[in-house]
Amino acid sequence: MQFPDAETLCQQLAEQIRPNLQPNTVLIGIRTGGEWLARRLHALLGLEGAPGAIDISFYRDDYGARGLRGPSLRADIPFSIEDAAVILVDDVLYTGRTTRAALNEIFDFGRPASVELAVLVDRGGRELPIAARYCAHTLPEPLPAAQNLQLERTNAGVLTLRLIDA
Amino acid sequence: MRNPQLNKHGELQHLLTLDGLPREVIVSILDHAAPFTEVAEREVKKLPLLRGKSIFNLFFENSTRTRTTFEIAAKRLSADVVNLNVSTSSTAKGESLLDTVDNLCAMQADMFVVRHAASGAPVLIAQHLQATGRDHIHVINAGDGRHAHPTQGLLDMYTIRHYKRDFTRLTVAIVGDVLHSRVARSQIAALTTLGVPELRIIGPRTLLPVGIEKLGARIFHDMREGLRGADVVMMLRLQNERMSGALLPTPQEYFKVWGLTAEKLALAKPDAIVMHPGPLNRGVEIDSAVADGAQAVILPQVTFGIAVRMAVMSMLAGQ
Repeated sequence: MQFPDAETLCQQLAEQIRPNLQPNTVLIGIRTGGEWLARRLHALLGLEGAPGAIDISFYRDDYGARGLRGPSLRADIPFSIEDAAVILVDDVLYTGRTTRAALNEIFDFGRPASVELAVLVDRGGRELPIAARYCAHTLPEPLPAAQNLQLERTNAGVLTLRLIDA
Repeated sequence: MRNPQLNKHGELQHLLTLDGLPREVIVSILDHAAPFTEVAEREVKKLPLLRGKSIFNLFFENSTRTRTTFEIAAKRLSADVVNLNVSTSSTAKGESLLDTVDNLCAMQADMFVVRHAASGAPVLIAQHLQATGRDHIHVINAGDGRHAHPTQGLLDMYTIRHYKRDFTRLTVAIVGDVLHSRVARSQIAALTTLGVPELRIIGPRTLLPVGIEKLGARIFHDMREGLRGADVVMMLRLQNERMSGALLPTPQEYFKVWGLTAEKLALAKPDAIVMHPGPLNRGVEIDSAVADGAQAVILPQVTFGIAVRMAVMSMLAGQ
C-alpha cells in the first residue's frame, strides 16, 4: 500500500489547525512519533515556547497483562495545563487506547480548558469512542491488526511513514 | 541453580539481595527509576500502575523512614497499602512467620515488603511462596538482619549515578560500622557489580567483619588516608542498638577518630559527595557542619529512594 508523504501530511495538518488557534493553545506530543510531529507543528504554526511531550507507559491499560516495556522517559510539560487549550498530537490513530491513556495523564497535571486530538493518519480499528478533530489522512480501509503503521525520522530529520508486520 | 530472585525469563521476581544480581538488572532498575522522579512535581502525584494491588508492609523490626518511603512509593503507584507492625501483633502471640504470610495471602496480598531482624527471613518467605505455587506474589527485602538492604543499595547507586554519572571512574569510600551494616553489604555488592575500580572500606578493626577484603575492597584503618582523593564518601550509621560487648570506647571517642568533619572531608576530591543512609547520629559518625553542608546529598537520597522503590514495585508487579 502506498502512503502519502509524511512531510506533506504534516503541512496539511498544520493548516487544518491554524484557523482554530487560540491564545491559550498548547501542543502535547505522545512519544515518540507524536513528539516529533508536535515539534514540527509547533514550528510551522509559529507558537511560542516549546511543545510538551508525554510517555504514556505508566497509563497503559495492558500493564497488568504485559508489564512495563523497558524504561520510559519522564513527561516534559514546560507550561501550565490549567485552563490551556490542549491539542494532543499523535502520529497514527488506531484503537484509541493510547489517546485514552494520554488524556488520563494530562489531567494529572491540571484541568485544561479543552483537549483536542490531532493525528497524521487515522488507520481505523477503533476500540474506544475517540475521534480526531484534526486528521491529515484517513485510510480508505482499516489496516489489518497484523500490520503496524509508524512514523519514522531519518538522521536528517525527515519524517516518513512505514508499514511493518507486527 | 537459578537465581531465586529471577523468573525463568531472567526478569525480577523478588528483590532479596543485590549480591549476585546481574549488572543489567541493576542498571535496568536505575533506568526505570528515572521517570518516576518526575511524578513528585505533578499536580496529582499518582500513577495508576498498581491500581487494585494490595501491598503489605511487614515490619518485624522498627523503621520509620524505610517504611514511610515504601508506603509513599506504593501509594504513588495507586496500590492499597497495609502496614503491619508485626512486632506488636500476632508474632507476639506466638504465630510463626510463615503462618502470618499464609494469612495475608488469604487476604489476596500481591506483594510483601519485609523488614526482619533475622538475616534470611525475606528469602524464607520467597521460597515458601514458590514452594506453594504462589508465583504471582512478590517479596521485597526492606532489610534483614546483617544481610542485605537492597533498595537502600539501589537508591545509593541511583544517587551516585545522578551526581557522578560513570561508575567505572570512581573512588568510593565506605566509612564506619560495616560489621553490623546490611546497608554496607548491599552497597559493596552493587558498587562491585557496577565496576567501581577503587572501593575503600574505612573503619576500626572491631567494626569490620573478618575476611571483608575478599569482597574486593581496600581496607583502611586510618580515615584520613582512606578519604584521600575519594569521589564519593558513604557514611554508615553507628548501630548503637546492635552493639554488644566492648567494640567501642564511647561515642565521643568514636567521633574523634571516625567522625566525618569538614577537615577530614577536605582530603577527598573537592567535588566529592557525602552520603548517609539515615538516621543521622550527629556528632558521632558525622559532624553537623558536614551533614548540612554543600557536599551532602543525604536528603536527595531520601527523595530518590521513593522513585527507586516505585521502579522496583512496578517492575515486580508487571511480571
